[in-house]
Amino acid sequence: MIRFRLFMLATTACALTLAGCSSGGGNGSAPAGDSVSVGVLQSLTGTMAISEITVKNAEMLAIEEINAAGGVMGKKINALVEDGASDPSTFAQKASKLIESDGVSTVFGGWTSASRKAMLPVFERTKNLLWYPVQFEGNECSPNIMYSGAQPNQQALPALEWAVSQGYKSFFLVGSDYVYPRTANLILKKHIEKGGMQVLGEAYVPLGGTDFSGVIAKIQQAKPAIIFNTLNGDSNVAFFKQMQAAGISPKTMPVMSFSIGEQEAQAMGAGLVEGSYAAWNYFQSLTGDANAKFITAYKAKFGKDAAITDPMVHGYLDVYAWKAAVEKAKSFDPDAVRKAAATLGGFDTPMGKVSFAANQSLVQKAYIGKLKADGQFEIIADSGKDLAPEPYDAIAFPGKTCKL
Amino acid sequence: MPDLSVLTARFDPLKPFLPWLLLALGLAAPFALSAYDLNLLARFMAMGILALGLVLIWGHGGILSLGQGVFFGLGGYAIAIHMKLADLPQGEIPDFMVWSGRTSLPLWWQPFASPVFTLAAILIIPTLVGALFSGAVFHRRVGGTYFALITQALALAFSTLIISRQDVTGGFNGLTDFYSVFGFGLAGPGTGSGLYWLTLAVLCVAFIGLRWLLASRFGMLLRASRDGENRVRFLGYSPTPFKVVAFAIAAMLAGIGGALFTLHAGVVSPALIGVVPSIEMVVWVAIGGRYSLAGAIVGALLVNLARDAVSSAFPELWLYLMGALFIFVVTLLPRGLAGLAKGKAA
Amino acid sequence: MDALFLNQLFNGASLASLYLLAALGLALSFGLMRVINMAHGEMLMLGGYLAWMTLLVVPGALGIILAIPVAFIGAAAMGGIIQTALIRRLSARPLDTLLATWGVSLILQQGARDLFGAIGVEVRAPEWLTGSFMAFGVTFPSARLFIILIAALVLGGLALLLLKTRIGLLVRAVNQDRMMASATGIDVSRVDFTVFCLGSGVAGLAGVMLALLGPVTPNVGQSYIIPAFLVVVMGGLGSIVGTTASAIILGLFAALAQIFVDVSVAQMLLLVFVILFIQVRPQGVVAVKTRQLDA
Repeated sequence: MIRFRLFMLATTACALTLAGCSSGGGNGSAPAGDSVSVGVLQSLTGTMAISEITVKNAEMLAIEEINAAGGVMGKKINALVEDGASDPSTFAQKASKLIESDGVSTVFGGWTSASRKAMLPVFERTKNLLWYPVQFEGNECSPNIMYSGAQPNQQALPALEWAVSQGYKSFFLVGSDYVYPRTANLILKKHIEKGGMQVLGEAYVPLGGTDFSGVIAKIQQAKPAIIFNTLNGDSNVAFFKQMQAAGISPKTMPVMSFSIGEQEAQAMGAGLVEGSYAAWNYFQSLTGDANAKFITAYKAKFGKDAAITDPMVHGYLDVYAWKAAVEKAKSFDPDAVRKAAATLGGFDTPMGKVSFAANQSLVQKAYIGKLKADGQFEIIADSGKDLAPEPYDAIAFPGKTCKL
Repeated sequence: MPDLSVLTARFDPLKPFLPWLLLALGLAAPFALSAYDLNLLARFMAMGILALGLVLIWGHGGILSLGQGVFFGLGGYAIAIHMKLADLPQGEIPDFMVWSGRTSLPLWWQPFASPVFTLAAILIIPTLVGALFSGAVFHRRVGGTYFALITQALALAFSTLIISRQDVTGGFNGLTDFYSVFGFGLAGPGTGSGLYWLTLAVLCVAFIGLRWLLASRFGMLLRASRDGENRVRFLGYSPTPFKVVAFAIAAMLAGIGGALFTLHAGVVSPALIGVVPSIEMVVWVAIGGRYSLAGAIVGALLVNLARDAVSSAFPELWLYLMGALFIFVVTLLPRGLAGLAKGKAA
Repeated sequence: MDALFLNQLFNGASLASLYLLAALGLALSFGLMRVINMAHGEMLMLGGYLAWMTLLVVPGALGIILAIPVAFIGAAAMGGIIQTALIRRLSARPLDTLLATWGVSLILQQGARDLFGAIGVEVRAPEWLTGSFMAFGVTFPSARLFIILIAALVLGGLALLLLKTRIGLLVRAVNQDRMMASATGIDVSRVDFTVFCLGSGVAGLAGVMLALLGPVTPNVGQSYIIPAFLVVVMGGLGSIVGTTASAIILGLFAALAQIFVDVSVAQMLLLVFVILFIQVRPQGVVAVKTRQLDA
């Protein structure tokens, strides 16, 4: 019977803890008093923590700046930070906690598509709003998410166009084994084939994988003109190192990467990847006062060696976009805010003037950068005009459109 | 470690009523807790069902499995596939198949459209896989540490495989965005409480069933083969079938737990079933007490609650805490919290 | 023959040498003490970070040569601490040792994250290790040749140690019959300690080799540790020959499978292969003959 007693004790303890937790939060999305709660939901532990903590920092920086300047509609922003723990079900759970127990008005967060997909039903059910800061594979459009990261036609396809304009006609696609690389490559393949060019091979390595001997042997066999690389995180270091060891350098075989930003380049030792290419909507080396101001503010708070990357800037501008939309709508109601956000028009950000389209994705430029020895990118090309976001690629997924 | 005996002693006069009191408390939870907290509790109880299976094989069978996530995942994916199909408009295929380049539903998805088949699959597939896998290994008298290492490799291989077959499994994203199960809307008002009671009922049935099983001749022989496999052989029994059956039951419980968890969490993904989550399942049971069914449930609840409370506020601390607690419990407190309560009270 | 096939044959040899370096220490202490150290992967990590630190102090061509003994000694010392503080106390409970050392591995990983950052550091290979040369249509990267050479040297060194020295004699005695060895006055726990340090040291050395091919991150050990476990499972109890053979078989298998399938599927096939293999030879590639029933 002692077992039962213990069980009961623990159950009571659990129930009490749960009850204690739940009494802490407010309810509803109309904040009372002189502050408004928002959620910041990124992975602070687990494999994604490296990247997501920097986005959390950028989001917190924006919130602090706004608070220092008087808040939103006279209310101070109260940021509730939660850990998504690199696990989609935890993201869903924490999103639901932030919205239903803590009563936040909106949530900034997510990185992997998996985390976004898991949170989507929660946001749709509670009719709240998520601001998602990372480039992704498209094929999704929910009224309850603002997608500020690049759609495929704002990063991958401009990179392809640039490669074609440089005369590269045969491609090898290498990526980490998860959704973004596989879907981005599917889209790329359709466009490459339509353009009468060749995909000479496609290889995926498990996330975090560090053995590229087989992949490199296949690349050597295929002899492509350019490699399109969607590897994630640590795998990049192993890939470039083993390429170098096999006698292939970015100079003899160019590599275009979609997931190497300033932070990764700095950590990899830029010498290794010097001369390789990357496509983003933001580079730290962009000129402009807003960017200089953002970089200075971030470094002052998080250290002078901190690298600034594309997703961080998207996280940062999301907070400002939310503020502008709230002020336009004169309401914290998520439904009013998202409608206001889509009709905000252009607003200034570290990456220049951007706006949200009617499909709630960001209208933005794409840039091609070439990595220099100091870990910064030299911007060698851009898309010229602002690119309207297309969640569904017309060639790869004909007939699909975004209905909100 | 807090001295639990002081706390538990107070309940002594209540002793005969305790199970009923507990049950009443469990049944009443939906009226006392918010929807979010109830969902959390239900999730952890689903994990508790899996933990019960570990008591059977690890505590009483001496079989350490570092791959329970695999069976958890099999159950979870079975129900998830059913819910994906149930929500699908006529003639369409799930969105992730479209963006992975598929144009038709894979053949093996189709039977999951039937609720009966799905329920049977949740019970049978993990059990069968567990039986075949453990049979293949135990049959050649490979056990102990070797078995633990092989199960860990199984967890790695299974999660990698699911990720790499994105077109039919949803890949790294897993499966999510469900609206209804067996005709009940998941967002409906009573569904949360209903699913909670269902989980509580399954937990109780599993608890009582295992108590009976452990007290039976089967349980005795299982413990005997844990303590001296060859002695059992000399007595004329083959320990292999006992171990295989125990492992299959544990796999079934893990599958049921996985299916219920998926219902509560609204998502199943490879992040729940790989190497690290599989070891964490053992951590719950180690902390709660590997020989005690109640201890395992408590362990699953407490560890997950603690993670929920600690990891957001002190992300770095959580990993140190979990590592240290685990070392401490395994080294100095092999009977876990249950042993502590028992030892002090006796 | 097909150039891809030949390339993969060489890559298989390279993979096998890494598996071997990662698994030798595990196999040695498993044979002797019947325990698996789940924090063994973190000895690889430690070796990698020590190599990085060595190169900060002594940059240049000789740094990497110097890093090898530094990593060996550092990892051996860490192994010694783990063995003394934890494993010795749990010697009668092999499964609990497995779990407790997993706790150690968690703590070491988080420690590395706090000390060196989560992103990891890069060990730059010296000039003479970055090149490669071609022959018969196969690319031979110097770094991989170097790793194969080191693995062969370590293997030879261990064989000499075990077969020709007094300490080797003691190890073999304890390996064959722990009780009997103890009865003849051998200090069994000192032998355990020595072997454990030695095994951890070899893992530290393996970490230096990994650093030549990839980044040094807090979880660098995790990507090689599970194949290393499979090598131990397949190798047979306490046999260096068995471990070597099994590392070569699994390395070649993994590399050649990649000609036909993705890395992910190759990983699954590797496990299926091991399970099928123990159906045929449950005692492993090489079995040490014993009359004990409860091996």
